[in-house]
Amino acid sequence: MRHTISVMVENEFGVLSRVAGLFSGRGFNIESLSVAETLDPSVSRMTIVTSGNDQIIEQILKQLNKLISVIKVVDLTGVETVDRELVLVRVNAESETKAEVLRLVDIFRAKIVDVAPRCYTIEMTGDGGKVNALLQLLRPIGIKEIVRTGRVAIARGM
Amino acid sequence: MTGAEIFVKALADLGVDVVFGYPGGAVLNIYDALFKNTKVRHLLCRHEQGAVHMADGYARASGKTGVCLVTSGPGATNTVTGIATAYMDSIPVVVFTGQVPTLMIGNDAFQEADIVGITRPCTKHNYLVKETKDLARIMKEAFYIASTGRPGPVLVDMPKDVLAGSAEYALPKEVNLRGYRPTYEGHPRQVESAVRLVKEMERPVIYAGGGVILSGASPQLAELAHILGIPVTTTLMGMGAFPGTDPLYMGMLGMHGTYCANMAISHSDVIIAFGARFDDRVTGKVDEFAPHAKIVHVDIDPTSIQKNVPVDIPIVGDLKDVLKKMIRLVKGAKEAAQYREKIGPWRGQIETWATTHPLSYKRGKGKIKPQYVVEQIYALTKGQAIITTEVGQNQMFAAQYYKFDRPRTFLSSGGLGTMGYGFPAAIGAQVAMPDRLVIDVAGDGSIQMNIQELATAVQYRLPVKVVILNNGALGMVRQWQELFFQGKYSQTCLPQIPDFVRLAEAYGAAGFRATRTEEVTEVLSKGFSAKGPAVIDIPTDPDEMVYPMVPAGAPLTKMLLV
Ligand SMILES: Cc1ncc(C[n+]2csc(CCOP(=O)(O)OP(=O)(O)O)c2C)c(N)n1
Repeated sequence: MRHTISVMVENEFGVLSRVAGLFSGRGFNIESLSVAETLDPSVSRMTIVTSGNDQIIEQILKQLNKLISVIKVVDLTGVETVDRELVLVRVNAESETKAEVLRLVDIFRAKIVDVAPRCYTIEMTGDGGKVNALLQLLRPIGIKEIVRTGRVAIARGM
Repeated sequence: MTGAEIFVKALADLGVDVVFGYPGGAVLNIYDALFKNTKVRHLLCRHEQGAVHMADGYARASGKTGVCLVTSGPGATNTVTGIATAYMDSIPVVVFTGQVPTLMIGNDAFQEADIVGITRPCTKHNYLVKETKDLARIMKEAFYIASTGRPGPVLVDMPKDVLAGSAEYALPKEVNLRGYRPTYEGHPRQVESAVRLVKEMERPVIYAGGGVILSGASPQLAELAHILGIPVTTTLMGMGAFPGTDPLYMGMLGMHGTYCANMAISHSDVIIAFGARFDDRVTGKVDEFAPHAKIVHVDIDPTSIQKNVPVDIPIVGDLKDVLKKMIRLVKGAKEAAQYREKIGPWRGQIETWATTHPLSYKRGKGKIKPQYVVEQIYALTKGQAIITTEVGQNQMFAAQYYKFDRPRTFLSSGGLGTMGYGFPAAIGAQVAMPDRLVIDVAGDGSIQMNIQELATAVQYRLPVKVVILNNGALGMVRQWQELFFQGKYSQTCLPQIPDFVRLAEAYGAAGFRATRTEEVTEVLSKGFSAKGPAVIDIPTDPDEMVYPMVPAGAPLTKMLLV
């Protein structure tokens, strides 16, 4: 099963490789990972999307906790969260497809952020489902390139 | 003060009395500061791997943190095997490495190695010191991390300019690491559930590992086992955690465990694991491990629990604390006596396994049997020696035929299985325990991996003894080839073995040799009473194998017997 794990770490050099090394060294898989500073500049937050059975996820959480540079680990799976991902997509925009692209951009409340003679670059933010839906609809039109940030998530309310 | 002076003063203030090291360009400033100091003793080793194993042996024998100091680049990379060895066995060691000046880091400078990157997966934590003012604090943290919680090696990399630069000396009193708060107290309700579960069962076994020794919980373990009359098996790392001569002791379990211990664990209905990690050499085929048993697992490291086998009652905490809580729950109760009675038939069964299938080998007039040599070492030392081992058959024979009654008397590379560990570890143990007899039980292959440390032993008059079970082969690998590769001894015969007696003498140590079984005792005894370091070479039967043996991947009950 897929899990989104939020990891608060010391904002110091080498932390990313400690976390990444833990995953690679133990054969755990990282689907996406994003890192940035938090409100407290001495702390960074990593949002890691990974998958595995219960035993593997338990090991991942424990192993992360064991790292000295890791301050706190929260498995956001099953917690009410808002999660978002940002995607940049370059699609073909020939005269016969332009209208369709613009229509999709409108429906998905995405944005065109760059225009070239034969293609558009679209920016969209949404949860994983929405991003995948957009990509699926754009695919027949001709996607040239995709850049995704990976998921970030925050618990609701509180 | 300069960084180098801060380093030396902090070592002294942190209570370090000895450093095992090897100098080089990047740490010249430190060696200069050491020259003037009188508090910290430095032992010059002959190879950086040897230095780390010495620090490790020192730590295992004394319970204190071992310290090692080396230069950048090749000095640092030479420590990696030593660090990985300490990491796998959870031994508190702090390794200080020199590094090229900060501004050159990343430029492939002369003698630069990214040792922090290289050792990340085999240290508990590591540091690159960026500023002189941080050095003392980082040293304090390094010792704290290495020695608390589940212990382990910590590496501190110190660029040359950090050591040359200056700052005020400020060693913090307290360590405050928000990401590191080990759990020491076992959860009382979990402990209660564990005790309740054990009491309901009829075929209990205690399975104790190296954690018992690290926690200093041997007295409590013995007390609990005796109150309830529960038989005990230990891992290789747990040797000495429970007295080897105690009637409740079943010997080691696992691949070369006793028949009794492996049968007991396989037929038990409840296993109480203390500071052990269900490693594959212990469980055999893991799906068929202890099929009828509920498992209580006590460990200070939560990642050890539920890693290899499903656990019914996990307890995270310091073993000493948890054992004390358990003892409180069972002590003095009439129930304890009833319990001992209830498990009487189980004890009887275990007794039968032990007496029908004791450890054994074919005694005879011919070639010297390695098991016999270990038995004689045990008899001569009355079980009072500190024994280190290399890796291979020598290690298993030492574990099987020497009885360890006290913790910190059996020092062996269990997790990594590092050939070349035993001899430098013996030197480190001798430094920690100058009055004890320290013996490395070695193989002719392994001893050649760190033989250069003979010079260290001689230079510092450390009277360690090495007994080489010289079978002219890489015995344990040869054993596998014999059993599983139709006797094709590919690259496991050692036809070119040095004359160890003369080699010892060349280094300035004493050399002895026994060539017949009848001589063994006398030669050992002579060697052990030598004043300085001594090497005792004993040609042994190359066809002798370690039994019982559970083939890799087989269940524990499928043992090959003599
Ligand atoms: C550094 C290292 N290299 C290789 C091995 C693999 N290995 C395990 S046991 C063994 C043979 C050891 O031979 P020896 O020291 O003569 O001991 P014996 O088994 O004959 O007692 C080898 C090569 C190892 N454990 N460590």
